[in-house]
Amino acid sequence: MGSPLQFPSAAAALDTIHKAIIFDEVSLCFEDLVLLDGVSFELKKGETKVMLGVAGSGKSTILKLCLGLLRPDSGHIYVLGHDVTTMKEEELFDLRSKVGIVFQESALFDSLNVRDNVAFRLMEEKLPEDEIEARVREALRFVELENAIDKLPSELSGGMRRRVGIARAIITHPEILLYDSPTGGLDPITSTTIIELIMKQRDVSKTSALLVSHRLQDGFMLASHYYDPVANTMRPVDGRPMRDVRTSFMVLRDGKVIFDGTAHELAGIQDPYIKEYIS
Amino acid sequence: MELISPTDIAKRNVSSVQDYASLAWRALTNLFARPLYMADAIQQADSIGVGSLPIVVLTGMFTGMVLALNSSNTLERFGSLSLTGQLVAISMVRELGPVLTSLMVAGRNASGMASEIGSMRVTEQIDAMRALGTDPYKKLVTPRVISTVFMMFFLTILSDLVGLIGGYLISFLLLGLDTFQYWNTAYQSLTYNDVVTGLVKPIFFGFIIATVGCYYGMSTRGGTQGVGRATTQAVVAASVLILAVDVVLTQLMLSIK
Repeated sequence: MGSPLQFPSAAAALDTIHKAIIFDEVSLCFEDLVLLDGVSFELKKGETKVMLGVAGSGKSTILKLCLGLLRPDSGHIYVLGHDVTTMKEEELFDLRSKVGIVFQESALFDSLNVRDNVAFRLMEEKLPEDEIEARVREALRFVELENAIDKLPSELSGGMRRRVGIARAIITHPEILLYDSPTGGLDPITSTTIIELIMKQRDVSKTSALLVSHRLQDGFMLASHYYDPVANTMRPVDGRPMRDVRTSFMVLRDGKVIFDGTAHELAGIQDPYIKEYIS
Repeated sequence: MELISPTDIAKRNVSSVQDYASLAWRALTNLFARPLYMADAIQQADSIGVGSLPIVVLTGMFTGMVLALNSSNTLERFGSLSLTGQLVAISMVRELGPVLTSLMVAGRNASGMASEIGSMRVTEQIDAMRALGTDPYKKLVTPRVISTVFMMFFLTILSDLVGLIGGYLISFLLLGLDTFQYWNTAYQSLTYNDVVTGLVKPIFFGFIIATVGCYYGMSTRGGTQGVGRATTQAVVAASVLILAVDVVLTQLMLSIK
């Protein structure tokens, strides 16, 4: 694991104790293409941040940078207090056990069945078989797919694959969850089911989350609903002050953050580009 | 069509060589690092070794037969038909056994590795593996290198043996040579250096097949089209590299005779 932060003078003000993720002036280019241009934002612990933007605006790149799957050209990224930009690949493997990711197309291992996909990390850690079985069933029960445990990914629908992806991401009870377009390409009903699961994870486990989406309605649903564990469904907040859904929004354009704030602020924004985007 | 500057081409090629060298080095150093995925290595050994048996046996058999036919044609002119066994043995053990077996295994397995790992790459399964805290070089590359090197050694021995049997069948059935004469000249002609040369080569060739296949798989870009391209390139590169390394190894082994 990377050493505890030793801030350079410019980063001395960064609060890594209460922040799950901090991006500090992060830039990344591929040859002549600028993917991210001085991106800075913070994700508080327990907060869910919905990243919006058109395709190619750099949303998925941010998720990969959080895990150290890509390295920025400049700037610093702090994840749970560790500067991932200076960590070696071997050191990152430990940190990644505290961060779960749901990929855009699920990225399930197609030669492994659902059980082995979900249990992958636990099997790598050589946990006892009984414990693995119990935790796999617990994770699959969470996404309501326990009956698909022996199926191969090719036998699952798109929505079921996403749910297995979520089960795989949450099985280690990570402190941060990264969702890369979890509802992309799904029908509205299945999309709502996936958003409900993300909400359930947010409100039951209080996990910090970064969610990439093209669909504005996904973000607003997260910001306007809470999960009711008794009824096992989501309910509208409807101005209840006690229901803090801890959900904020960020809008990216051409690799730059052009908005970072609450749903209320987003709805009242005057920027013509964002107004057109959310209309 | 977009023109690419020679400098960019040179940079790209140097970068590819550097990436390949890095992968090969990691595959080797991972042999001494934990975890060592032996179950994956055994599974790969079954796929690479047992799966390649039919083509290796057939290739060895036909090569031995053709060698006997061709050599007998020449030897007969000098009245030395009895040396057919010797010629088949030396050619098979020193050169054709290791090289043809490697080329067959490269065609079958370097392409398989490139397409399997390449598909995983373009569907983000490699990224998922890294995100789940597993080193894909340890999990995917090193087991393939171990199993290919190990199985190539035994496949080559089998190919040599089957090639000798093929040569014998032609010599006995078509050329009318005596069984004892064929096997005796074949056995007597082989020196220690011939056998060592024939057994050292497949170790290098196996390493080339696995690392080249994995390299092209790991560096796949551009969806299913990219997977197809990586598969083709892996077979071509592995075959050329095997033949090039064969020249160096042959010279090296001759010099330490």
